Amino acid sequence: MGYHCVVCVKQVPDTANVTGEAMREDGTVNRAALPTIFNPEDLHALETALDLRDRFGGTVTVLTMGPPKASDVLRDCIFRGADRAILLTDRRAAASDTLATSYILSQAVRKLKDVDFVFCGRQAIDGDTAQVGPQLAEKLGYPQVTYLEELLGLSDKTARIRRNVGNGWEIVEVDLPVLVTVLDTANEPRPAAARRVMKHKKARTRIELEAAAKNALPDASADEREAEIERQAETLRSRGLMLEQWNLDDIDADLEWCGLSGSPTKVHRVQSIVLTKEGYTEIPPTEEGLRQLIRELVVDHTLG
Amino acid sequence: MANFFTDNDDILFLFDHMDLGEIARVQEQGFADAQQPGIDYAPVDEADAIDNYRRILEIVGDIAANTIAQRAEDVDHDGNVLNDDGTVDLHPFVADNIKRLGQADLMGFTLPRRFGGLNCPNLIYTIANEIVSRADGSLMNIFGLQGIAETINAFADEEIKGEFLPRFARGEVTGAMVLTEPDAGSDLQAVRLKAFEEDGQWYLRGVKRFITNGCGEVLLVLARSEPDVSDGRGLSLFITERNPKVTVRHLEHKLGIHGSPTCELVFDDCPARLIGQRQRGLITYVMALMNGARVGIAAQSLGIAEAAYRIGRDYAHSRKQFGGPIERLPAVAEMVTDMKVRLEAARALTYETSRICDLENNNNLVLEFNPPDDADERKRRKQLSKHYKRLNGMLTPLSKYYASEMSCYVADTTIQVLGGSGYMQDYPAERYLRDARITTIYEGTSQLQVVAAVRGVCSGAFEKRVAEFDEIQYTDPELVELKCKLAEVKEDVLAAITFVKSQGTDYLDLAGRKLVDAAVAVYIGHLFLQQAAGISGPGATAVSNGQQWADYRNRKKAMAKHYLATELPQARLNCQRVQSGHRAALDEYELLAGPVPVKE
Repeated sequence: MGYHCVVCVKQVPDTANVTGEAMREDGTVNRAALPTIFNPEDLHALETALDLRDRFGGTVTVLTMGPPKASDVLRDCIFRGADRAILLTDRRAAASDTLATSYILSQAVRKLKDVDFVFCGRQAIDGDTAQVGPQLAEKLGYPQVTYLEELLGLSDKTARIRRNVGNGWEIVEVDLPVLVTVLDTANEPRPAAARRVMKHKKARTRIELEAAAKNALPDASADEREAEIERQAETLRSRGLMLEQWNLDDIDADLEWCGLSGSPTKVHRVQSIVLTKEGYTEIPPTEEGLRQLIRELVVDHTLG
Repeated sequence: MANFFTDNDDILFLFDHMDLGEIARVQEQGFADAQQPGIDYAPVDEADAIDNYRRILEIVGDIAANTIAQRAEDVDHDGNVLNDDGTVDLHPFVADNIKRLGQADLMGFTLPRRFGGLNCPNLIYTIANEIVSRADGSLMNIFGLQGIAETINAFADEEIKGEFLPRFARGEVTGAMVLTEPDAGSDLQAVRLKAFEEDGQWYLRGVKRFITNGCGEVLLVLARSEPDVSDGRGLSLFITERNPKVTVRHLEHKLGIHGSPTCELVFDDCPARLIGQRQRGLITYVMALMNGARVGIAAQSLGIAEAAYRIGRDYAHSRKQFGGPIERLPAVAEMVTDMKVRLEAARALTYETSRICDLENNNNLVLEFNPPDDADERKRRKQLSKHYKRLNGMLTPLSKYYASEMSCYVADTTIQVLGGSGYMQDYPAERYLRDARITTIYEGTSQLQVVAAVRGVCSGAFEKRVAEFDEIQYTDPELVELKCKLAEVKEDVLAAITFVKSQGTDYLDLAGRKLVDAAVAVYIGHLFLQQAAGISGPGATAVSNGQQWADYRNRKKAMAKHYLATELPQARLNCQRVQSGHRAALDEYELLAGPVPVKE
């Protein structure tokens, strides 16, 4: 028994370190120019799922859509305790906006079958849209509970969840399967476990093996390279270290709905805004204090 | 994300500089675990093991920076709570910190894999202890107590090992070494807590005091099992789990390390089990435990000093007075550089000690469990064992002494750099000084470390080791010149040793600190030269850490020059003072100390 939790995670550019090359001519993000990290709120979604599994039993499957390098976040999830990890990677999925992404993810979740929970971070720090979770719920036909702060209880097929509504909270009960988005105040993600790290550090996706073979055997024929990749994949598989990898065909995706063709969103501009402040002033809550404040605001043209 | 391992250049440098391949080889004994069924995380070769060490330290650095350090101020402020029923509630953050370290598999750091441990060498554990201590010095008193599990592993029978060690490795239990009593502090031979046997069951009765983490689940208790033998040979070591027959009577109110519960324990005919053999409790088991613990305190000292130094360095740079940053004032510049030099000096010495511990422990394991068939090889190993034992007999107290004194100095000087701000509780500087202050006291005071170290220095261990260092051939003429300077001062130290040996034991102990200070200056001078040259130790020829660290090695050269320029004159002076034979502190004690104050 137990619950099958799927966690959607994303590798994102570290937006704390945005440089001038962050955007391409066509307005899409140039990921190669930015250091990548595990989207922070997705770590909290993962922790919610791992904690649920530890308390109520079940399995945690992690799903990420992205370029080959996104395998990093999958390994990180395994290090922290995820049972299974799948990389959804396909060039035809490049430049997908939230609509196309949620469509692709929904196809992948459908393929997984018998899902009880889908957890997503509230939003990613690159797009900051917070749309993929809710859109994914709609595509799957699942009820959605956004802004989870605590899973209060779980009985058979009903979950009780406290969600933050900005100026307070509400407690909702929801039937499974359900999609839940998680806030960073929900928990503190557990650390990577050393023994899992030592075991799974050698785990690879097929696309990583392909890239490594290209580097290691630059002069080999395609067949020779393929044989080497298959040999390594077999070794990894026998030790449980082969990470799963799906493409759009594997999940029966309609290509019209994927990538650029499935994405009505156009990025107009990426702007780097640095917020600065210089100290602060304390205004006494008196008539004179207020008068003083208004005078200052008029002087620097905030008022009037 | 902040990380206390990857943000520390000096630790990263030493990680690459030290011959970790050698350590991995001796630790993994042929990398046999990788072939064992049921163990899926053992390294297959040296490179794999070193990569594991790095990854493990990255996890430690992550938890230290992002979790433990963030909570240290609250833990210091609130402390732990003693309940009416003689149990203790750890501060919720302390409990959660330990839980997280357990989740990360870090609570069985050095235990064998068959018990779920990481089988890490002591050296990597030492680095981990430093990193944790930088985040919260007091947490190291629990994280750094893994020597208890090691002691069980080394000396208990298989049944006890199988029962306790997996629980340590899973982080379910923590331990305490229950040694000190009201009248048995530094002098553990005076332990009185009674152990008696009835119908084949041992019981403990009596009181223990100043027990770090005495509220932990597993207690290793030193007790008198032989009422007729009054010295250390009458003591045995026992293990007991928390139960209603052992209660915490009092939690100490301390100057620092508030997160570490220091307990007074009452044993009321508490059932216990014997570890190993009777009568070997103090003379074998506790001695081994204490030696490891001393290296642990050296690491704790490093961590607290690192944390303090970083504030001092930052403040000297950002605080502006007289039209510029205060680091431009010569007096401040001297304080800052002095702190950094001593910090790196202590780290070099402590890691070196820890490395030699690994070589010694693993060599002993081979001799005990897999003695070589070849007689010559057996003989070589036995000689090696003797060599390491003597070297460690000197290095362990030397690093505990040097690192803890350094820690107090750095924490104190950081406050001085911060001036009035440092004295206030707005900065953690004052907490670091309070936390550092214990390091020169527990696990044997500095004065006792000197007593042990000076015997090592005079036994020939110092001379032999430095002779090995002298053999290292440097190609850089500047390093050659520095080595000559060290050789000169070594002669002064040897002359002082000869002089001391001609005097009585009381003069040896009176001159001890000065002699040890002089010897340690020469020793550390050599370690700095090796770091500057990228030579990991005697016998190594290739540059240990390649082009990547070329700039840092140059920096270490400057460090070596500066260290020798400041420390060698001091060392010479110390040798002169030793050879003066001046012993008024002993001969004219009453006169100089004046009358004992009369209590009103």
